[in-house]
Amino acid sequence: MALEKHVFKGLDIPGNTDLKVYEANGGYEVWKRILKDKITPEEVIQIVKDSGLRGRGGAGFPTGLKWSFVPKDSPKPKYLLCNCDESEPGTFKDREIIEKSPHQLIEGMLIASYAFGSQNSWVYFRGEFVKGYRTVEAALAQAREAGYIGENILGSGWNHQMYTHRGAGAYICGEETALIDSMEGKRGEPRLKPPFPAVEGFYRSPTIVNNVETLTAVPKIMENGAEWYRQWGTERSPGTKLWSCCGHITNPGVYEVPLGYPMKKFFEEELGGCWKGHQLKCVIPGGSSVPAMLPDEFFACNMDYESIAQHGSMLGSGGMIVMDEKTCLVEVAEVLAQFYHHESCGQCTPCREGTGWVHRIIRDIERGTPQHNVKETLLLVFDEIFGNTICPLGDSIVMPIKSLMEKFPEEFDYYIREGKSMITGKAKRAHEVKEPRPHNWRRGKPFNYPTAEDYVTDFKGQVVHDTNPK
Amino acid sequence: MAYELPKEKQELVKEIAQRYPEPRSGILPAMHIIMAERGWVGTDGADHVADLLGVPRIWCYEDLTFYTYFPKEPVGKYHLQICHNIACNLRGSEEIIQHLEEKHGIKEGVITEDGLFCLHRVECLGACGGAPVIQVNDDYYEHLTPDSVDELIERLRKEAGNGKK
Repeated sequence: MALEKHVFKGLDIPGNTDLKVYEANGGYEVWKRILKDKITPEEVIQIVKDSGLRGRGGAGFPTGLKWSFVPKDSPKPKYLLCNCDESEPGTFKDREIIEKSPHQLIEGMLIASYAFGSQNSWVYFRGEFVKGYRTVEAALAQAREAGYIGENILGSGWNHQMYTHRGAGAYICGEETALIDSMEGKRGEPRLKPPFPAVEGFYRSPTIVNNVETLTAVPKIMENGAEWYRQWGTERSPGTKLWSCCGHITNPGVYEVPLGYPMKKFFEEELGGCWKGHQLKCVIPGGSSVPAMLPDEFFACNMDYESIAQHGSMLGSGGMIVMDEKTCLVEVAEVLAQFYHHESCGQCTPCREGTGWVHRIIRDIERGTPQHNVKETLLLVFDEIFGNTICPLGDSIVMPIKSLMEKFPEEFDYYIREGKSMITGKAKRAHEVKEPRPHNWRRGKPFNYPTAEDYVTDFKGQVVHDTNPK
Repeated sequence: MAYELPKEKQELVKEIAQRYPEPRSGILPAMHIIMAERGWVGTDGADHVADLLGVPRIWCYEDLTFYTYFPKEPVGKYHLQICHNIACNLRGSEEIIQHLEEKHGIKEGVITEDGLFCLHRVECLGACGGAPVIQVNDDYYEHLTPDSVDELIERLRKEAGNGKK
């Protein structure tokens, strides 16, 4: 039995990227009604507040409340930025939306801008989403031509301009203040809060940054009312959520699930369980940045923010990564560590240095040449990183890896003791002891200073310079 | 050697920068335009952006070194970027990388002798449902298997032979 889509029905309608198809399915009706009936911005915010819609980017902050933080009397221009810098490993719901239902996003952005008085908005894409970017550009052109965006929209006197902006492969720009920095043409480095972006954001003006999924839900909520949205979900997590499920499952993909749905039922009926009839080993339920769950914990929880938190993890962005019994978790930990090491923006010392340490320590385990007290060192480094950085990227490396080490200690101990994996029986990087990985190309020639990647440790744990030809 | 965009693209860069409150925001869009023109950006590209927008060059170097999407040196006609992050790793991206190297002689970080291919590992491409996934220039190819990789490489070789793209 397939779960029915409600808020994101548009994802299943073929040709929905075209304005005509979208309009035939009731598209832009709400936007027209808001302008025609002169529904006030306060009313719009109140409806979104009543619906209990929470930010779907990962933090889960109530959306209506966020909008109401924008100072009304500010003489500065106000901006809306749509966060489509979707780079969290395991999450791919936003890409689905921009490629299949771009008009619903645009309508949501128009309504949101109207609600807090913004006359300019941007969609911030990650650079790799070329297809999605072109789809949204085409949709924007259609919407402009139809008069939904521009000067004096539909004769109401309301002006709004909407543009696109492409990032360039930086995970950190998904953090809202880093996204603002990136939009200003700077390196994406998160800022200290307060001041919050709602007060001082893009070029020091009031700015709201919302996730694609959040904004896309807005037109349906305005169309059908807060009560309609509340028919799904729980008291504190109302509505539905897109889950992107990947890893060792039979049916990977994006699913719209009412919050509070039983996890076990979802896993067995929709995802079809583990692939090839394997046993489930562990699950990272909310994108790679949250603690891993054992099968018992996983099956006991419901799919909402509170229930997953009670069972020791987080809902995050709803990117479920499933691992079966044949997975070597030390290797998983190494992949995650190398990701966060690569993506750390380098602003805060604990994260810039710590992620590198964690990565190199786990890599040494995989080479079969771990140094002394590996686990103790790792825990020490985790303690130094956690909670000591401006943005949550530092915490993000700690939570999944620490939980894997705590929940599967025997696997880590075995790899450290025997110099090979308990699951595969091999040391994954044994060959690198003699033949290190190629130089990190991305640094390029003009900026060819030695980086952490250039250093490797030899058998005795001594640091030697990498003399591999560049 | 200084690099310059064609005249109409230079106008486009300036026009896009006008949309923002300040020209600095125009740096990334300008670099995307250069990348679309010649496939990579490089320091000469960054210099050109700085001159066009009238901003200090260091601002452009900052961005060029921070944002990993912009190659700083040529990457061949088809830039193969394979995701090696967790979801793709779980579903076998390492085998695909090995296959590309062993069967097709496409090595990580090296442009093939015919100038067609260059393979790089990248972080999550946001297409975990179709893992393992590879990005060839602007396009994604999902659910890779050694066979489908053979087909893809074969097709690209043919395309290049016919002088397309």
